[in-house]
Amino acid sequence: MNREDFPLLKQDIIYLDNSATSLKPQCVIDKMNDYYTNYSANAHRGDYDLSFRVDKEYEEARELVRDFINAKELEEIVFTSGATESLNMIVNGFFANLLEAGDEVLITTSEHASNVLPWFRLVKKLGIVVNYIPLDDNYYVTMDNVKKAVTNKTKVISLAGITNVIGDARPIREIASYAHSNNIFMVVDGAQMVPHVKVDVQDLDIDFLAFSGHKMCGPTGVGVLYGKKELLEHLEPINLGGGMNESFDSPDEVYLKPLPIRLEAGTQNIAGVIGLGEAIKYLNKIGMDKIIDYEHNLRKYLIDKLIMLKHIDIINVESDSGIVAFNVNKIFSQDVAYYLNKYNICVRAGNHCAKILKSSVGVTNTVRVSLYFYNTMEEIDNLVELLSDYDKILKEMI
Amino acid sequence: MDAELKREIIMENYTHPTNRRRVEDKDYIKVNTRNASCIDNIDIYIKFNNNKIEDITFEGEACAISISATSVMINNLIGKTIDEAREYINNFYLMSEGKTYDEEILGEANCYSDIYKQGNRKTCATLPFRGLEKAILERLK
Repeated sequence: MNREDFPLLKQDIIYLDNSATSLKPQCVIDKMNDYYTNYSANAHRGDYDLSFRVDKEYEEARELVRDFINAKELEEIVFTSGATESLNMIVNGFFANLLEAGDEVLITTSEHASNVLPWFRLVKKLGIVVNYIPLDDNYYVTMDNVKKAVTNKTKVISLAGITNVIGDARPIREIASYAHSNNIFMVVDGAQMVPHVKVDVQDLDIDFLAFSGHKMCGPTGVGVLYGKKELLEHLEPINLGGGMNESFDSPDEVYLKPLPIRLEAGTQNIAGVIGLGEAIKYLNKIGMDKIIDYEHNLRKYLIDKLIMLKHIDIINVESDSGIVAFNVNKIFSQDVAYYLNKYNICVRAGNHCAKILKSSVGVTNTVRVSLYFYNTMEEIDNLVELLSDYDKILKEMI
Repeated sequence: MDAELKREIIMENYTHPTNRRRVEDKDYIKVNTRNASCIDNIDIYIKFNNNKIEDITFEGEACAISISATSVMINNLIGKTIDEAREYINNFYLMSEGKTYDEEILGEANCYSDIYKQGNRKTCATLPFRGLEKAILERLK
């Protein structure tokens, strides 16, 4: 649906790599062009009309984000360069000052590198321990397994809301509730979740949320860090500099601005932030409930067809999002992707930045199809038709 | 070399690659070679005898182009001197850039003569050669 909004779709391309990044609707492109063309002044320097307009648009985007994830306060929304930076700020600005040797952080083997490597560094730096919540036979996180993994040393549970290889949704509300009743912090990597399902941070009662703009019809280079205000107050800025300080006369007399500006040092990605605001308006107009329903139907349509192909091994028959990971019998995933590329079909091959997942799934690399609301059944018919002919794949993959 | 023959060489070397096996022998230098932009990941084991390449084996996970190119490299470079191998590698690089090169030296590796037209596959074909270069440098250290 809404295909006419996406200029890239005028090309003869079937884009099925939406977990990597989404396409951009014309309204987002126009909104950013408008900034660069008509009022490209700096933010928070509102001494003249142009700059005042920048402030207004920038802060309106913050309000759009707040409303989109139903945060309580505007100060809880910090703009970053993306989910990766948000997670690094959470780990290095907050938990690095709080955790001690022996404290445990729980993740899983299907986390994206951004929710693994920052914690690994704290293992090296502080002597914390990273443990893994075991996945069930469908690679899902169950409450039982969470409870089994928690010990009296557990201080943080940090999970993707929806994972980027399997596409499974975690029972975040239940996990957060259990975590809090055991004095454990709950961090959610929302990169694959926020673009696809309605997220309400108060209802989920999570402590931190990280997500990116570019996977939700917004521009690259912009993302969001959400944190409960009382926690964000203690998040030490990684970057210090312009815009975020009140005054500084000597090393002992540095005064920082209040949240959220304190965590946005230097000139920000203004066009990106404004573009993200427009993307949120756009998604709201379609309706998040409609988006996930549509994706579920489309995924089911794809799975029902793929499952009939004997030479295809689907890794995640069950999944809660639009992600399907599979392999073609005895053909390296990259060769499959290359074959599909000859027919202008964009899919991803590889480990999808979840390098430690192989210990659970047993395969290192897969072909990944990831859907969004502008994909269609006709596109899936095309894909399946190309995948159904094993000899053709063998013949044309090189 | 016509397209059908190129295809045959690539597929034969992909499905039945030469010397695909790990070796546990300290006379072999082991190098890992992988691509930053894709997922090819190969270990190459090379045994030198003075300035000659006595044996090459490999193991790893990679696409049809990388695996076949490794096999072709092994077919052509066992028994060659380090200087001959370097000349071979340089000509392979020239071919993969679409530049003028010595077709005679490359032999069956001419099956990759169109690879320069496929930007994303050029790095797959050159992968084993970058590994071998690393091993040669280590040998000459």
